[in-house]
This record gives sequence, structure tokens and C-alpha cells, in this order.
Amino acid sequence: MTAGIPLEHGLLVAAGLFVIGFIGVLVRRNLLFQLLSIEIMLNAAGMAFVIAGARWGEADGQVLFIFILVMAAAEVAVGLALLLRLSNRFGDLDGDSVSSMRG
Amino acid sequence: MDGFCCSLPLWLIPALPAAGFVVLALVGARLPKRWAAVIGAGSVGLSAAVTPCAASCYLRHPPDGGVRIERLWTWIDVGTFDIGFSLALDALSLVMIFVVTFVGFLIHLYSTEYMADDPGFSRFFAYMNLFVAFMLMLVLADNLFLLYLGWEGVGLCSYLLIGFWYDDPENGRAARKAFVVTRVGDTAMAIALLLIFKHAGTLDIGQAMTWASDNWAVGSGLAVAVAFLLLGGAVGKSAQLPLQVWLPDAMAGPTPVSALIHAATMVTAGVYLIARTHAVFMLAPAAMTAVAVIGAATLLLAGCSALVQTDIKRVLAYSTISQIGYMFLGLGVGAWSAAIFHLMTHSFFKALLFLGAGAVIISLHHEQDIFKMGGLRDRLPTVFWTFLIGSASLAALPLVTAGFYSKDLILWYSWSTEYGSPWLWAAGTVGAFLTALYSFRLVFIVFFGDEKGHVERHPGLRILIPLVVLAVLSVIGGLVETPAMLGHVTLFSDLLDPVLPPAESTVPGHQTEHLLQAVVAAITLVGVFLAFLFYVRRPSIPAALRSSPLGARVCRFWLSGWGFDTLYDRILVRPFVDLARLLRLDPFDGISSTLGRVTAAGNSVLSRTQDGRIRTYVFGIGVGAVIAVTIVVFT
Repeated sequence: MTAGIPLEHGLLVAAGLFVIGFIGVLVRRNLLFQLLSIEIMLNAAGMAFVIAGARWGEADGQVLFIFILVMAAAEVAVGLALLLRLSNRFGDLDGDSVSSMRG
Repeated sequence: MDGFCCSLPLWLIPALPAAGFVVLALVGARLPKRWAAVIGAGSVGLSAAVTPCAASCYLRHPPDGGVRIERLWTWIDVGTFDIGFSLALDALSLVMIFVVTFVGFLIHLYSTEYMADDPGFSRFFAYMNLFVAFMLMLVLADNLFLLYLGWEGVGLCSYLLIGFWYDDPENGRAARKAFVVTRVGDTAMAIALLLIFKHAGTLDIGQAMTWASDNWAVGSGLAVAVAFLLLGGAVGKSAQLPLQVWLPDAMAGPTPVSALIHAATMVTAGVYLIARTHAVFMLAPAAMTAVAVIGAATLLLAGCSALVQTDIKRVLAYSTISQIGYMFLGLGVGAWSAAIFHLMTHSFFKALLFLGAGAVIISLHHEQDIFKMGGLRDRLPTVFWTFLIGSASLAALPLVTAGFYSKDLILWYSWSTEYGSPWLWAAGTVGAFLTALYSFRLVFIVFFGDEKGHVERHPGLRILIPLVVLAVLSVIGGLVETPAMLGHVTLFSDLLDPVLPPAESTVPGHQTEHLLQAVVAAITLVGVFLAFLFYVRRPSIPAALRSSPLGARVCRFWLSGWGFDTLYDRILVRPFVDLARLLRLDPFDGISSTLGRVTAAGNSVLSRTQDGRIRTYVFGIGVGAVIAVTIVVFT
């Protein structure tokens, strides 16, 4: 890794991924795509961990990435179950239709 | 008999009407009318039967100090403030309970027939019994605190009875007016009681009066203040200037109520109060003068107003104000027993006049306008004769009427005692002329001339008996006290001497007295003759007077009771109502409600941000995170 990719480049890629995911959450109305975008953001965060771990030669970053993967899997399980319920109830997956708790 | 009478406790006298009230109030609505009448009139009747019994015991076995005291129980006992529920019978209260129970009973008896068709029959008798009970408590009270209880109770009952026919809002208004106006005086009286307690340390009437005589100098500030405050209370209750405005409106109640208020209860309470606390008044010459001047002014004002009224009951109402003015005049010149004497004879003939007026009113199916009556002399002969006797007594027709003896005594003392003056006498004499004029105007218009109304029903025995009894009393009631020229009987003043100091004439000999009596008698007869001339022989004269521009204006002015109602409306009622209207908008609540409104506005702004869209929330989180990171990185 010594002569590999510099830290800044790795972090830039991670940041770029994060922003792409974030914009995806903001601009998509379909809940399924919002979930996908969140996965991208999680992976961006995981990537930052891995890059940082590689920079200091520690395994902590990879451990945390596995941790994030587990959490993401759990989140997807819950998220998809909710999506099924919503599509049953409203007939589509438009996030704006689930707004009965607005002020 | 004697032993039995003395074994009767004093508390029976007020307790019997009070018991009548309790029974009627609890089960009266379910009782048949006959039973309600028996309980209502019977309880006062029993009380009236106990009274002569108590009187005979009192007179045969005079108690020590002339006062029979019965302490029933301790009412309030805190520190030095010891108020007993105790009754005291002395000569003054004896006269008062005699008047209240006896005249009260006759009025109750009369009411059983007068009110027979009224749906509120038992309610009426419940109130009437309570009225009598409170009045008896007032006159029998041993301390000023208990007296005040009776005083306020009488005020409450007058409110209930004036507004008895509450369906008409006007009656409710009249009742409220009576209550509020008398309340003004009551407040003054309450302050007087507090002052007495603060300085004398007791509210026991006898002790407080002795203490005041021993400790206050004549004309000292406190004595004058207390006397004036007590006078305020008396003025309110007895409908004198400047608080007389409630009495003419109090005619909204049923006629027996007017009789009770004017003759036996309520308005006489003020006279009684001043007589009872005369020791304080004698320490305050300024207050004495005020009492006399108020009395003289009131009797003239009310006499003029009575001249032009067209409602039979309002004529009598103004005549009451005027006659109470005479009593105040008597009190103000130190003729205490003469004032109480006039109170007694007045209660006979005024009850008689009101009951007679009531008989006329129901005979003509609730017609009260005297110009729609006329020629009733042959239709209602008993009512006519008794009413004539009552009017003669009111006008103080010389020699034959009770009113003559009592009024004559007051007029004589208004000239001759150290407090008296020819001016007061002159006012009283002009008042006597007015009285003769208006009382016979009433008789001539109602009972003489052409028949105008149709007599629908003739009064029965229960109406006629009280009329006859009261007519007899209105004639012979004055013979207990006669002037030097006519036998010089002094039964009444002898009886009252231990309680009320005798009035002392500063004019020696009897010549002046005889002369003044002759003048007053002549003026009274002139008044009666003028009434005869104006309202029987030449009705064109008063008609011409009324239609002249000045006459019409004076007539309107007097008809409205010298414009006092308008004046009070302008300077007191309307500003108060305006202020109340302003305060109804709660200007002070605005401060706290502004805080509430700001919070609510903030809420509505902030709740916009909660639009229920995930994207918005995410955006908010993102922006927040950027700001937080920026702060961390750059500081």
C-alpha cells in the first residue's frame, strides 16, 4: 500500500460517493431509490473507514466496515418490509404520499 | 296567666315567623293553599299573640334596668370579640315588636285573600314570614352585630318581595335598585359598627352607648363620624334624601308587600336605629342637625312629588317618604319618643291606606291609575270609609285622628327644643299643608266624582277585617299621648322614658304651644278644603295649572321625583356601566394573552417546517450536519 493510492484520492472518492447518495435521497421521490441511495452513502462511509485503516495499517477500519455491512443488511430488511406495507396501503412507493404527520 | 306569660321565652317572637318560613320554604309548594295560608298568617298571628303576653309580663314585673335580656347561645367568640345570639326587650323594642307583629299579622291576614289566585302563594308567604322574622330580630337584637344581621335580612326580603313577580324584567330592575341603593347606606353602617368596636371594644348596644357617653366629648371627631355613618345607614333603609329613590320603584311588588315595607318593617328600621343609638347622636350636634334638616327637606320634596303622582301606590309611597321625614325631623330635634310615636301611628294608617288601595286595585282588576278610578264611594263603602279615616290620619286632621297627635308633638318639639328652630317648624308645617292636600286629593279623585272603572269583585271578610281594625287604631291610637291642652295623657312617653331621654321644651308655658297647634290645625284644614275645591268643586283649576307652561314643567319635575333618578343615572349609573363595559374586554388580560398569541404565532411558523416529507427532513439534517462540521473545522 505504500506506493499505492494517496489518502486524499481515496477520501475524495468516498466523499463523492457520499454526495451522490445524499443527492439521491434528496431528489428521488421513490422510496426504493431513496433506500438504494442510503446504501450508497453507507458504502461511502465504509470506504472512508477502509481507506483510513489502510493509511495507518490498522485492521479497525475493515472491522468497522463489516459492522456497517451488518447494520445495512438489518436496515434493508426493516426498510423493505416497510416498503411492502406502504405499497399495499398506497398503491405506489411515492414518499410524499406518506405525509400524514406533517405539522 | 301572669306566670304563664312570663314563662314564655322571648325567642318565640322571632322564631315563630322564622319557623313558618322554614316550613313554607321546604314543603310549601306541595301544601294546599289553605294550609299555606294557615301557616303563613298563623305563625305571625301566634307571634302577635305572644307579644302582648310578653308586654304584660314586662310591665308588671319590670326587669332590672328596664331591659330583659335573653342570651340564647354564643355566636362568635374570638379574643375580645364576643358576640352572643341574645335578645333584649326594653320599652323601645316592646313598641317595635308590637307594631311589627300586630300590623304584620293584619297584613298577612289580608294577603290570604289578596294573593289567593297567585301561583306563587306559598312562596309569597314564605318571604313575608322571613321578612317579619328578620325585622323582629332587628328590633330585639341585644348587640349591633345581631341587629346588622336583621338589617341585612330585611334588605334581602325586600329584594325578594319587590321582585316577587319576576316574570316582568321591570320588577326585577326595581328589586335590584332597592337592594343596591340600600346597600350604599348599609356600607356606611358597617363602617360605623367597625369604628364602634375598634374604640369601645364591644358591640353590645347598652355597653357601647354607655362607653361612648363616658369617653367621647360632645362634638368630638369620632362621635360625629360614627353618628354620620349610622345616619347613612338609616337614610338608606328609611328612604330619606339622598337615598330615597328606591322606594317609589318598590311599588313593583304586590300591594301587601308595600304595606309591610312601609308600615311594619324595613323603612322604620332607620328610625329605630337612630333612636336606639341616640346616645351617639347626642354627642354629635352636627349629626343631629343633619338628621333634622334631612327630615325637613325630605318631607317637603316627597310631599311635592306626592301631589302630582297618578299611580295610587306611588302617591302613598311618596307620602311614606314624607312621613318618615317627619320622624327624622323629630329625631333630629331630640324628640325621640315623639318620633317613635309617629312611627307607631304612621304604621297604623299607612298599612290601612295601602291595604285600602290594594282593595281598590283588585276591585278594578289591577287598575292603579287614579284618573281611571272615581265614584267608588257607593260601590265599596267599607273601603271608602276606612280609606277616608286613613287619609284623615295621614293628613293629621285635628282631634279625631292618631296622626294629629303624633305629628303635632313632633312639630311642637321642632320649634321648642334646644335643637329646634322656627325654620324646621315652618318646613314641617308646609309639609302638613302638602300632606293634607295630597291625601285628600287621592280620596276625592278615587272615591268621588263620576264612576269610571267597573267594580269586578267585592272584597271579602279577610280584606275588610284588617281594614276596620286598622281604621279603629288610626283613630284611637293617638290617645296614648295627648298635648297639655287635651287631657295631657303621657302614657307613651312615660313608657319610653327609661330608654329614650325625654324631649325638653325651652319655651316656658303653654301659650306658644297652643298657638302653634292652632296654626297647624288651621293649615291642615285649609289643605283639605283646597283639595275639596280643586278636585270636587272646580277641577278646572288644577287642570289649568297643569296646562300652563310653567305648571307643566313643575308637574313633570315633581312627577319624576325632583329628577333624582336622572341625576343618579347620569353621574353614577352610566359611568359605572361604561366602566363595566370597558372592563368586560379585559384590558389587563391583554398583557398575558399577548404572550400566548406570540407563542401561538411561533408555533404556526415552525409547524410549517414539519411537512411530512422525508426529503425535506433529510435536507434539514444535511444542512445541519454541514453547519456543525463547518463550526468544528473552522474553530
